[in-house]
Amino acid sequence: MKIRQYLKIYSLFLNTSIASELEYKANVIIDFITAILSLVGSVFLLTIFFQNTDNIGGWNFEQALIIQGIYTILNGITNTWFNPNLTEIVKHIREGTLDFVLLKPLDSQFFISLNKIAPSGFLEIILGVSLLFYCLDINQININFGFLFLCLTTLFCSIVILYSLWFLISTTTIWFVKTWNATEVLRSFLYIGRFPLNSFSFSLRIFFSIFVPIAFITTIPSEVFLGIAKLWEILLEIFVAGIFFIVSRRFWLYALKYYTSASS
Amino acid sequence: MFNLNKNKLITLLKVQYSNMLEYRVEIALWAISGIIPFFMLNIWTNNNLNESINLSNLMLSRYFLSAFFVRQFSVVWVVFTFEEDALLGKISPYLIQPLNPFFRYFAQHIAEQITRFPFAIIIALIFFLINPESVWIPSLSILLLACLSTFFSFLIQFLIQSIIACFCFWTEKASSIERLLFIPTLFLSGLLAPVISFPEYVKSWIYITPFPYLIDFPANILSGNNTNIISGFFMQIFWISVLFPIFKRTWFLGTKKYTAMGS
Repeated sequence: MKIRQYLKIYSLFLNTSIASELEYKANVIIDFITAILSLVGSVFLLTIFFQNTDNIGGWNFEQALIIQGIYTILNGITNTWFNPNLTEIVKHIREGTLDFVLLKPLDSQFFISLNKIAPSGFLEIILGVSLLFYCLDINQININFGFLFLCLTTLFCSIVILYSLWFLISTTTIWFVKTWNATEVLRSFLYIGRFPLNSFSFSLRIFFSIFVPIAFITTIPSEVFLGIAKLWEILLEIFVAGIFFIVSRRFWLYALKYYTSASS
Repeated sequence: MFNLNKNKLITLLKVQYSNMLEYRVEIALWAISGIIPFFMLNIWTNNNLNESINLSNLMLSRYFLSAFFVRQFSVVWVVFTFEEDALLGKISPYLIQPLNPFFRYFAQHIAEQITRFPFAIIIALIFFLINPESVWIPSLSILLLACLSTFFSFLIQFLIQSIIACFCFWTEKASSIERLLFIPTLFLSGLLAPVISFPEYVKSWIYITPFPYLIDFPANILSGNNTNIISGFFMQIFWISVLFPIFKRTWFLGTKKYTAMGS
């Protein structure tokens, strides 16, 4: 019953936010061009790197393209769901409108994380998926059921980790009020996810595995895609995703205790 | 059009500086979010990619540190502020004042850069601690030239964004145009890879565009890498003198078009 209710509410969210976003049709097109250019730019950067070498951190050009594809999909998801909603948290807290969210007979994290949607990110996701299909071809990967299942599982875990990271940082707004540029710091760190983790020096690799788990976000799904991921990596990814999700949920409930609305 | 004198300018700067100081942490976070050049440096040196472009590890690390600095002091965000002000109708009182509102934004940017300065220095010191061999002290004249070219780079970007910001008078979401323009700026300005490493088919036309003069040129001056100083400054001034009349024109047309909130 409850799940059905939430699904119904979510479809209402979808309707309203898509309607309001489509008011700016030209905007959607511009955002799409931006996504294409951004992908072209990163492939261009890769070609510069591969000008005089045939591998970076053990990945050749065709394999590195997979990481770009995964990154593009995840970036599209960030732009569609995480970015529009979680920047809204800051606004809710600054203007005190979080009160209205908390008063609703609805889970506040659900409302805050899924209320809005920016459809222009869909095109980016499609772009990333098409790049992955192209990569299937140039890397001569055979698709079978197990492969597809593992790919989707790790990708799903990446999305969960990414979401939890964004949500954790946005939650700190309850104490610091103006942290929307903390998400900007996260964004610039995530940028590293466009490149294989092995291409960095050892200390940075440690940093990007533990503090900002970029290793889990793009590298492991790409390895699964190539069929070179080890079983423990996949299990670890699932475990990390679970931990991150639970922590972000707990942290939100904890932070709410410290929320004092705007006028009190 | 521009009723500006020294007193107004100093007052504007003072007010905006104290405004910015209020949000020091925010600005520190902005400064941290600009550390991408260091990650790029790590990829370059860790994979010995720089062997092919005849740039030693040392010079490359100085280049990327300089690129970080140039970026820190040429970041422009006027379109985002202007968009918000225009949407909420805050522009109206500014328009009544006998001063072009863009001076206010300009002062905000300068004040933000001053606030940013200590954080940028701290990040540079950490960089030197990790890479002690890359420490260098540029001569005074080089330093002045680098500052001047960084300022010109800032001006070019400020003018481009101000032109886009003026589109707010026609459309409500001008910032998406800025996000579109940011992509070539990111990849072609030399923030992620020095322009010298670009393939020939790009190098043949890129020096006519404003992009290499935004990061690559000032960073090359500061780090002591090879660059043609005279033609670089010439192109920077050329682009400023092209963009300024365009800005004046769009501003003129835009303010005519403007209808205040509620009217």
